Amino acid sequence: MDTFAIGNLMRRPEAGAILSLIAVIAFYVIFGGVNLVNLFGAASWVNFAANLGIVALPLGLLMIAGELDISIGAMIPAGSMSIAIVSGYYGMPIVVGMAVALGLGVLVGLVNGLLATRTTVPSLIITLGTLVAMQGIVLAGSVLLTGNASVPLSAPDWAKTIFGQLLGGSYQIIIVWWIALTALFVLIIHYTPWGNWVFAMGGDKESARNAGIPTNKVTITLFVLSAVSASFVGMCGAILFNSAQVSGGMNYIFNAVVSVVVGGVLLTGGFGSVMGIFFGTLTFAIVNQGIYFTDIDRNWSSLIIGVMLLLAVLMNNSFRKLAMTARPKKKPA
Amino acid sequence: MAENTPVLELRDVNKSFGPIDVLHDISLKVHAGEVLCLLGDNGAGKSTLIKTLAGVHRPTSGTILMDGDEVSFDRPKDAQDRGISTVHQFGGTFPLMTIGRSFFVGVEPTKKFGPLKIFDRKTANETAVKAVQDFGITRIDDGDRLIGGLSGGERQSLAIARAVHFGARVLILDEPTAALGVKQASHVLRIVLEAKKRGLAVIFITHQVTHAMAVGDHFAVLIRGALAANFMRGEKSREEITDLMAGGEALADLDSIIEGYMETHEGHPPAPVA
Repeated sequence: MDTFAIGNLMRRPEAGAILSLIAVIAFYVIFGGVNLVNLFGAASWVNFAANLGIVALPLGLLMIAGELDISIGAMIPAGSMSIAIVSGYYGMPIVVGMAVALGLGVLVGLVNGLLATRTTVPSLIITLGTLVAMQGIVLAGSVLLTGNASVPLSAPDWAKTIFGQLLGGSYQIIIVWWIALTALFVLIIHYTPWGNWVFAMGGDKESARNAGIPTNKVTITLFVLSAVSASFVGMCGAILFNSAQVSGGMNYIFNAVVSVVVGGVLLTGGFGSVMGIFFGTLTFAIVNQGIYFTDIDRNWSSLIIGVMLLLAVLMNNSFRKLAMTARPKKKPA
Repeated sequence: MAENTPVLELRDVNKSFGPIDVLHDISLKVHAGEVLCLLGDNGAGKSTLIKTLAGVHRPTSGTILMDGDEVSFDRPKDAQDRGISTVHQFGGTFPLMTIGRSFFVGVEPTKKFGPLKIFDRKTANETAVKAVQDFGITRIDDGDRLIGGLSGGERQSLAIARAVHFGARVLILDEPTAALGVKQASHVLRIVLEAKKRGLAVIFITHQVTHAMAVGDHFAVLIRGALAANFMRGEKSREEITDLMAGGEALADLDSIIEGYMETHEGHPPAPVA
């Protein structure tokens, strides 16, 4: 029975991510002398994971559907700058700032989605364009409007409580958002017809369309989701830190893609899981932030991430093959 | 009357892509419980013809009739709603989805879960497995298996069973046996015959003479986008059919006749050989 359960786990998309997580922790304990109690008690990597995770989830869904969105790198500062400019610099109510930040996400997501569905240009190129364009808009716009590349913001208490408080003194409230969103996405992607469509589109968009799936609508929705999530993360950051900068966010692109791929999502689409993306993000966060808890010089962390990425992808490949070929054990007749 | 009305009929269907004429004056009838073998070399217009039937393309001129009524399809979905279903060479197009999930792509069964509608995995799996087992493929017994783990023949069978399950009346099979070994192909042919027995009209595209001979009632040969020959089983000898299909002398003759005729008749092809 036990071996059966393990065999089943191996065939799931998140298998590689869970094993990577265990391997990374083991590596840090053995070679880095990490004290597990300190590591698990620390907020730094959980905060890091939550911010990254909220961006990685919709990006992962886009990748399952066979698309990619790198404009998230510009949408994070765009989200934080727009709320800071509207509610900080111009002193409008915080809800207006939020509406502008999230509305900007909807707008950029629509542009990405419409371009991706109306043209045959790969979404990597489309979102590369919107990434750079949004960077320009954010920088030029904030200098034009405020004369500054950094804008302060003081949010009212209720907004702080919901989007920007520190629980227990060090845990960002965004962790709660991340877990809630993960649960919501698990439900949508794995338990509703809509989720089935996302996988079908990643497997074969043409067949999916012929089967009556509104592929354009789903694609556009996913792009909107991705851009809004990124500006949401930026918005929460501005509320938490009482200020916004035009820089930053670019790291999120690679970090999120690595998390998603480590999480077992197939780059060409059609395979993956929300829990996989969740564990992939956790693994990435522990590698990236956990290194501070080790005796290892932190300059090595990129090397570790690279090796882990390759190992995880190789593992995911063999697990996927296993999932395809192995048939579950015969039920007793 | 109803007996003789074809399920699907094409009358003088032409299709052009810009300046390029791909199909010329195609007239064809397919009856229920009949297997039409569509033959022709690569580039003869077979794909365009079946895509026109499946609603991917609209004919430039000419009419398509179902049960004697004129129909027009704006989208593949329209054709599917009328019961025209296409199964492609590799059958299951979602290799990384489970049998149950891919079977119901686009028409997922749901059950209520509180206020939500949840994908009903159990019903999906059971229905899919039963549908394919009814076609005699008993090796498929677990709806949670991934499509990619099935053999080519099993995938084709599953795709055909799926089409029949969702009420297909016209089944278009695009080279279903092309990538298969002898044994796998015979599985698929058996399923074609089973579909025919259930009263479906089957349009079977193939290069293999033996496969066409095994199941075909009615044969149509396309050359340069025109119907070069159109005959029923028994109207031609096996040798003649083989020759037509295998690109032998008869085919070469027809090819040059059609080319010459079309040049002198403003692009209209001659009447098909019966």
